[in-house]
Amino acid sequence: MTNAMTRTICLMLTGAALSAACVTINIYFPAAAAEKAADRIIDEVWQLKKEQDSKAQPEGSQQ
Amino acid sequence: MNTLKRMVLLGAMWATTAWAQGNIEINTPAISQIKSSMQARHTQLAPHYASGAVGLGADGNVVLRDANAVPLAQRQAVQGLVAQENTDRAALYREIARANGHPEWEADIRSTFAQRWIERAQSGWYIQSGGQWSRK
Repeated sequence: MTNAMTRTICLMLTGAALSAACVTINIYFPAAAAEKAADRIIDEVWQLKKEQDSKAQPEGSQQ
Repeated sequence: MNTLKRMVLLGAMWATTAWAQGNIEINTPAISQIKSSMQARHTQLAPHYASGAVGLGADGNVVLRDANAVPLAQRQAVQGLVAQENTDRAALYREIARANGHPEWEADIRSTFAQRWIERAQSGWYIQSGGQWSRK
């Protein structure tokens, strides 16, 4: 009985420690993911994808 | 049984960590709104990038680097466009940082964007690096 409780407490403590570790990892800036996100936004703002599409479809209206 | 529980717990945590590191959230209403405002403005700004009147700054902003390249009658309008664009860009960088739960990432996001805007600029546009302007 006591043994099971000790084990449960041990598990909970390990879990808490791991959660804390995860939070610590996440404070680092994910540079590669940010670059990808920036490229997706730049594509849209500068309509870089659209230009390629309109080359394929010359009739595509550009406002 | 305990080993199994522990493995499931570890697996879930690993997945969460991997997800958090592999993605930057950009699909929020605030970000979409800024994006479409910038997209609409781009058609007006593009000729000024091409003429060299407006360049892409090293700080993630756009800069009116040669006002003389703009006809006098349009000069004020272009100044306005540049100011509005920089307001939107500042909001964009701030919103991305906030959407990801890390407002302190704003400066990192700005410098990432600064590099990417310059990297993806069309040839003939002016870009800034180390305080110097050059034509791409």
